[in-house]
Amino acid sequence: MAVKQEIRLTVCALFFTVISAGGSMLPADCSASSRSSRQAPVIQSESSPRGQILSLSCASCHGTDGKSVGIIPSINSFSAEYIETALKGFKTGARPSTVMSRHAKGYTDDELKLIAEYFGTVSPNTK
Amino acid sequence: MNDKLSRRDFNKLLLTGVAGSALGLFGNSKSAFASTKRVVVIGGGFGGASAAKYLRKLDSSIQVTLVEPKAVYYTCPLSNWVLGGLKSMDDIAHTYAVLQSKYQVNIVADVVTEIDIAKNTVKLKSGKALPYDRLIVSPGIDFKWDFLEGYSETVANTQMPHAWQAGSQTILLHKQLLDMKDGGRVFICPPANPFRCPPGPYERASLIAAYLKANKPLSKVIIFDAKDKFSKQGLFKKGWERLYPGMIEWRSNVMGGKITKVDAGTMTVTTEFGVEKGDVINLIPAQRAGKIAVDASLTDATGWCPINPVSFESTLHPGIHVIGDASAAGAMPKSGFAASSQGKVAAAAIVRLFQGKVPAAPSLVNTCYSLLAENYGISVAGVYKLAAEGIVEIKDAGGITPIDADDNHLAQEAMFAQGWYQNISLDTWG
Repeated sequence: MAVKQEIRLTVCALFFTVISAGGSMLPADCSASSRSSRQAPVIQSESSPRGQILSLSCASCHGTDGKSVGIIPSINSFSAEYIETALKGFKTGARPSTVMSRHAKGYTDDELKLIAEYFGTVSPNTK
Repeated sequence: MNDKLSRRDFNKLLLTGVAGSALGLFGNSKSAFASTKRVVVIGGGFGGASAAKYLRKLDSSIQVTLVEPKAVYYTCPLSNWVLGGLKSMDDIAHTYAVLQSKYQVNIVADVVTEIDIAKNTVKLKSGKALPYDRLIVSPGIDFKWDFLEGYSETVANTQMPHAWQAGSQTILLHKQLLDMKDGGRVFICPPANPFRCPPGPYERASLIAAYLKANKPLSKVIIFDAKDKFSKQGLFKKGWERLYPGMIEWRSNVMGGKITKVDAGTMTVTTEFGVEKGDVINLIPAQRAGKIAVDASLTDATGWCPINPVSFESTLHPGIHVIGDASAAGAMPKSGFAASSQGKVAAAAIVRLFQGKVPAAPSLVNTCYSLLAENYGISVAGVYKLAAEGIVEIKDAGGITPIDADDNHLAQEAMFAQGWYQNISLDTWG
């Protein structure tokens, strides 16, 4: 476990390094895209690309943006706090499930929080 | 010591992978500084269709063209349910109408004949050419028709269907099962690893047995396996004993499962233990990445496409991303779910690369449900992350349905299998 944590930290450190390096290298790109397109790109969770990438997989079972059509519960109409509590319950086993505990155990508590924040804000109209 | 080594390797991977890909992008004036953001996607299965949809959903300034010759796509998931009589072909049919109308994906019904890597262009059978700034290749699998003496594409299309790409092959195998006399023997012959849908042959055996039990109870299913163990083996074997006692026989590779030759004329398979005659022979051949990936030199000696696990960008040809069954995605199985998960990771990565940003570290998931009977479902799940050696499964997570799961649990998983299919279908094509 200690090794895993170290690796995760290394990832973050490296990503930040590369991002800042990349950012400074790309002023031309930014101005080019703003010139070429007046339409603002729709980027979900721009503030947390990590939250987005963690959450996109959930749609395969729970539907696009967490909106399910079948027996699997929708997850687009709960608060972030509720979802976080549920996910942590699946992870510890306190909340019974068939497959969700097997999924929830694959994420750190911080990652579960990011997922909860994503689905807690992805579709505000339905709240 | 090992930790240090591992970290160093890992850093190396990140530097060559993430930063390398970013530097590759920065070095490529065509894609980094162009005013266009054109992505062509080859293949409209779970991987390609998901990638196309999510590219448009995440950044509507990206122009996305999806090239897929088939107007109707039949999914491999649930095609075993069709063989068992639980679903119709219509239930597993999907079109590209919503991707076009709702997500403005440009759908081109054509066949890619060549990827001109030097010119960033895809050439089509119709003679048209599609320029791209980034290309996504999601061609699925192709078959090694010469992998076995006596076997060929013609044999597959007549006597011994593989039904490992859904559509006419599924219909052919289903018809053979319907036409078979009671007391007949159905052979299912799965290939060695790796291949598309590891639990698929065993779900197929289960649902064919379900059909036979209800309609032709003297019949039998024999699995001639090129492997000595298989996905969810304990769960399948337990279910077979409960549901279909004496009806399904599994022969491992070393115990007579290894097939050395087939004869379509006599409908026989030859193993190390002798010659066996079947009434229906479902031979699932050895596989490799789809033809266009091979033609474009995106494959390595394994027959699959090596990729950068952060963005699924080919390590052989920068600017081309390979997703789904064709990719060599580390610990991930070749499944529709995995392809969809990879399609989204590639889409999110491409959005950020167009913005001049480094992609987020990937998070990948797989869940494969298998039905043993209408109300008897089991599953295997996996959560994957980036590590020193590429994409690895997170050890403490995932796994299979508990071996002692009660009937209520198994019935719930059967319902969730159906719910999963409804949602992933809409998430991909709707």
